[in-house]
Amino acid sequence: MTDAVPVKVDPQKTSLSLEYKLSRPLTACHWEPNSRFVFFGAEDNLIHRFDVSSRTVISLAAHDSWVRSFGSSLDGEVLYSGGYDGRLGFWPAAADKPDPIHMIDAHQGWLRAIAVSPDGKHIATCGNDLRVKLWDVAAGTLVKEFKGHKSHVYNLTFSQDGSSLVTCDHKGVVNSWTVDSNEPRQLLTVKALHGYDTTFRADIGGARCIALRSDGVQLALGGISNVTNAFAGVGETAIALVNLADGKLDRILQSKDKTKGTMWGVAHHPSGFWIGLSGGSGGGWLTFWTGDADHEFFKLKLKNDGRGMSLSHDRTQIVVAHADMHLRTYALHGAT
Amino acid sequence: MKCHYACGSAEHALHRRAFLESAVTGSIGAVGLGGILTGTRTIADQLKTGHKQVLNIFLHGGVSQLESWDPKPNTDTGGPFRAIPTSVPGVHICELLPHTSKQMHRLSIVRSLDTKNNNHGRGVVEMTTGRKQTPGTDYPHLGAVAAKALIPETFSLPGHILVRQSPGKRNIESKFHKAAYLGPRFASMAIYDAKPPAFGGESDSITAEADQRRNAFRKRVNDRFAARRRTADTEAYNFSFDQARELVAQRHVFDVTRESAADQERYGMSPFSTHCLLARRLLEHGVPYVQLNHADYDTHHENFNFHIEQLGEFDLPFARLVADLADRGMLANTLICVMSEFGRTPKINKTYGRDHWGTAWSVLLGGTGIQPGAVIGKTNENGTAVVEREVDHGHIFHTILQAAGVESTGEFQIGGRTFPIADPARGSISELLA
Repeated sequence: MTDAVPVKVDPQKTSLSLEYKLSRPLTACHWEPNSRFVFFGAEDNLIHRFDVSSRTVISLAAHDSWVRSFGSSLDGEVLYSGGYDGRLGFWPAAADKPDPIHMIDAHQGWLRAIAVSPDGKHIATCGNDLRVKLWDVAAGTLVKEFKGHKSHVYNLTFSQDGSSLVTCDHKGVVNSWTVDSNEPRQLLTVKALHGYDTTFRADIGGARCIALRSDGVQLALGGISNVTNAFAGVGETAIALVNLADGKLDRILQSKDKTKGTMWGVAHHPSGFWIGLSGGSGGGWLTFWTGDADHEFFKLKLKNDGRGMSLSHDRTQIVVAHADMHLRTYALHGAT
Repeated sequence: MKCHYACGSAEHALHRRAFLESAVTGSIGAVGLGGILTGTRTIADQLKTGHKQVLNIFLHGGVSQLESWDPKPNTDTGGPFRAIPTSVPGVHICELLPHTSKQMHRLSIVRSLDTKNNNHGRGVVEMTTGRKQTPGTDYPHLGAVAAKALIPETFSLPGHILVRQSPGKRNIESKFHKAAYLGPRFASMAIYDAKPPAFGGESDSITAEADQRRNAFRKRVNDRFAARRRTADTEAYNFSFDQARELVAQRHVFDVTRESAADQERYGMSPFSTHCLLARRLLEHGVPYVQLNHADYDTHHENFNFHIEQLGEFDLPFARLVADLADRGMLANTLICVMSEFGRTPKINKTYGRDHWGTAWSVLLGGTGIQPGAVIGKTNENGTAVVEREVDHGHIFHTILQAAGVESTGEFQIGGRTFPIADPARGSISELLA
């Protein structure tokens, strides 16, 4: 892995740089640290490894359901995968024919998200069993289990210094857990990211994506807001920015035209802007905010709905998992 | 509608069972209160075989067959959920129903419905009347038919009860179920949110003796009026009045809080849990037809998240109810059905939703008259088409009634007109009947 040295990017020149078509809709994607591969999941229970230089794909089988989340060791040699089967996989990322190093029954029900600690020694997972779990990556064993959420835990990330975990559940409850604690500290409930549809009698919400600002001070949680019809997905894309020091909501990022849909991906670019990926009835969009204003300074219409996003390690490319069976990359500095 | 009564006096009116038995022996030639069954068996015959009841659970909005009774894991349409084994060897259902999976030896699945309809309103009507919806024509709801055919002569409470949550703004659930030509006494009585009907109770300002005198006077006036001008409407008014008195007298039947705390805990805390416990109570008190509505399954967006939520509410209390009915010996006389207006598309849309799909979907049946542990019909590998034993709403309607001991190929005679009980162009799924 090489340290990222951000090249000069110009979001307003963002353009499609590569397309790869699979036979099933995609669910998630992940750019590993060495930028050799993009791993992606699809509606086929497989992990697909896209070789960036040769533009070829091999598939990794071991999950018993769709794969929805990924992570990498700091050196990029181990891939972590989480599935709707509740299983956590460890894979030799660059092997010719990767077989899993570990396949662990990590959660009852879906494993929704994986986070890698800054020192690379631990990963954390969360899922529908309301649990947050900390794993030792060297041994592939459970270190600790955190209980406290009362609804499905949708997403999580480590703080920048690795001393705590921040988690968000279906109802927008954001908790902070220090690694040696048993009880969470509830930071806040992001009401904008949860609603109960009284007509359909169902909850909708949760952080569908999560990211830290590059300085680690601010947390971004993306999802759907102002839902008027849960079962048709009639709501607006939104990203909530939370100050991690005081647990206060700083700002809700939305698009000027209140794009309909769900925010499925978020990342902070070290050049100082937020990137959001959305999909839904309003179509697929990459949207860019400074973070100092509620509305975007630029948005790019995509060919189809996005379902997952990852920023390349050199921060010049975005890869998107699309619902139309395509993996697409977008260059942040214009055509390549 | 002017009715032809054998006797104009309420005091001298034949009991319903006696009337039907007389009709069978030919001692009475007139048409009775609401018409009689004709065909190979009559209600009178059927009643001799035991007091049958029907529990219908309607999953409004269209439950996904792929996330319930006909999973297709690891196919292009299968979605993220796995199939799990059940108490019937070789039969698998979706992993969202772990508790129900343990009751499948008491239940059966029909996996081959093609109802050729993707419209909510039409689907509700067709599944609950067993007929193709035709403009200008009303057919009685399954509950009305069941109540009319199955209500015991001495039973004084409503025979057709709908238990549901309070309606939402855009709610597509039925507010009540029509009885059509069977008459209003067989229309549903709705119980909202498991709350007993708003009974007035006995008045503090009147003694029981005075109340009896008042009621006796009402009857005398009614009889005198009926002797000259009796109509179906006046009969319905009188019936409603008498039934209201019985409702007040038996209001405890509707009070689910009288169930033990242990049972309330076993069933769970959701509204549907309470509704299942109330259903058990109503069935124990002899109500011939109980319908529970559970909403909502119209998951065009994030079908999988919402099915976790909705079937998560459904699974445990439903399984408890089936087990309790079996343990109490009630399943021998109670027909259980779990239906929707249609299923959901095998194709998963771009927002992880499934849309309306009447082409290949499933219904659950069990209890009296049904072969336990059976699977009828089959869909293709990815669930896009029925490949074996195609059936529709008409077949399900016949099957429910026949399993409950009603000869569904018979007819109602109402006011001199003949009405087939069920669609004459359809029949029961005979191989599913016990």
